Amino acid sequence: MAVRLRTPLSTEDVLRLKAGDVVYLSGEIVTARDSAHRRILSLPKEKLPFNPEGAVIYHCGPVVRKTHGSYEIVSAGPTTSARMNRYLDGVLDLGIRGIIGKGGMKAEPFRGRAVYFAFTGGAGSLAAKSVKRVRAVHWLDLGIPEALWVLEVEDFPLLVAIDAHGNSLYR
Amino acid sequence: MIEAIVEAIRLAVTRIPDDVVSALREAYEREENGVARFNLGNILRAIEIGRTESIPVCQDTGTLMFFVKAGLRSPFLGEIERAIVEATRLATEKVPLRPNAVDVLTGKNLGDNTGRGVPIIHWELVGGNEIEMAVLPKGGGSENCSALAMLTPGEGWEGVKRFVVEKVKACGGKPCPPVVLGIGVGGGADYSLLLAKKALLRRVGERNPDERIAEIEGELLEEVNALGIGPMGMGGKTTALDVKIEVAHRHPASFPVGLIVQCWANRRAFVRIKPDGRVEVWQ
Repeated sequence: MAVRLRTPLSTEDVLRLKAGDVVYLSGEIVTARDSAHRRILSLPKEKLPFNPEGAVIYHCGPVVRKTHGSYEIVSAGPTTSARMNRYLDGVLDLGIRGIIGKGGMKAEPFRGRAVYFAFTGGAGSLAAKSVKRVRAVHWLDLGIPEALWVLEVEDFPLLVAIDAHGNSLYR
Repeated sequence: MIEAIVEAIRLAVTRIPDDVVSALREAYEREENGVARFNLGNILRAIEIGRTESIPVCQDTGTLMFFVKAGLRSPFLGEIERAIVEATRLATEKVPLRPNAVDVLTGKNLGDNTGRGVPIIHWELVGGNEIEMAVLPKGGGSENCSALAMLTPGEGWEGVKRFVVEKVKACGGKPCPPVVLGIGVGGGADYSLLLAKKALLRRVGERNPDERIAEIEGELLEEVNALGIGPMGMGGKTTALDVKIEVAHRHPASFPVGLIVQCWANRRAFVRIKPDGRVEVWQ
């Protein structure tokens, strides 16, 4: 099944999805890798630079180009999600309802509340085509790959790889 | 010389070598399941975008590694290291590359892909008056799956196969399969890993000239593909595009095996610097 979804995601949105579905995601997504996860979990919810309720996190450290003072995303595929397994319960507890990455994660924490979307690792030039613009960037002190990039995406083609019912596509 | 090295870095990250692309196309044709075709289709499209728009195919433009064969009579011998570092800085800005060099103590990323020990340069002094270097941008996700096994001689080649297959299985989708496996056997702990990494510079589909080793490469490729991990770890017929083995003599007590896992984006480029300053860049 192929569906179009827009962020923020509701619990109903995610419960309807099944592993193997294709989702064309539009709206706002927020990149975060190892260091950003540590910082997200060290701050009170109201101090976060984005609203985590229904938000989608993208495990990604993009290649960016700065021209005339604004950032352009050049290449932006997913990074290996398994490194973020240790922060998974923490971010899902904040209300995150979707995680985009590659290689898969622990399936159990997603049950009843969120889904894991896979995009093809290494296909960064293709992923960048779905990014319409950079809405904001936070925590640049962590370095470009680890900063929090707030991206506006349109019809980002994703596979539901772990659904909210305990199913996973990973072998 | 600096411009040529920048050009080689650009070539390596924006254009996936033809032999790798052919292997990926064949894998796409072979796959029947929709998820494997989704992933391989995306890979082939990303490669095309990288090539036509001259942008990095993968956002992880890696740690830049250089394997230099330095001719003892090259007039540029004294300049080459500085040229590599300068080219790395320039390429980071111009290609652009992702800044991937992080201080291990402070976590600080200075933003130009240089720092203590990086870019990584491996030197080999050779005869002649030319300098030839290979550029290998190495991604982190696949490097994290690399490993060393100090086997006993009793475990031997059967042990090598078991170690490699188990490691690939444990890594699943993490290293961005279909992978290319570089394997170094013998030499010692450090040298086996270096051989494994250098093995990645060989063309996909090309076997080791020693027939006995070529046979083991073929057998391992079959065994790894029988795991069914598939593209991105979501099932399929192709888990590895190729297996490359390089060997050195071993200590009587040791049987070292270095395994370097490379993602499907098996990137590389080469530069030759002639004594008169002319340069060639190729893949």
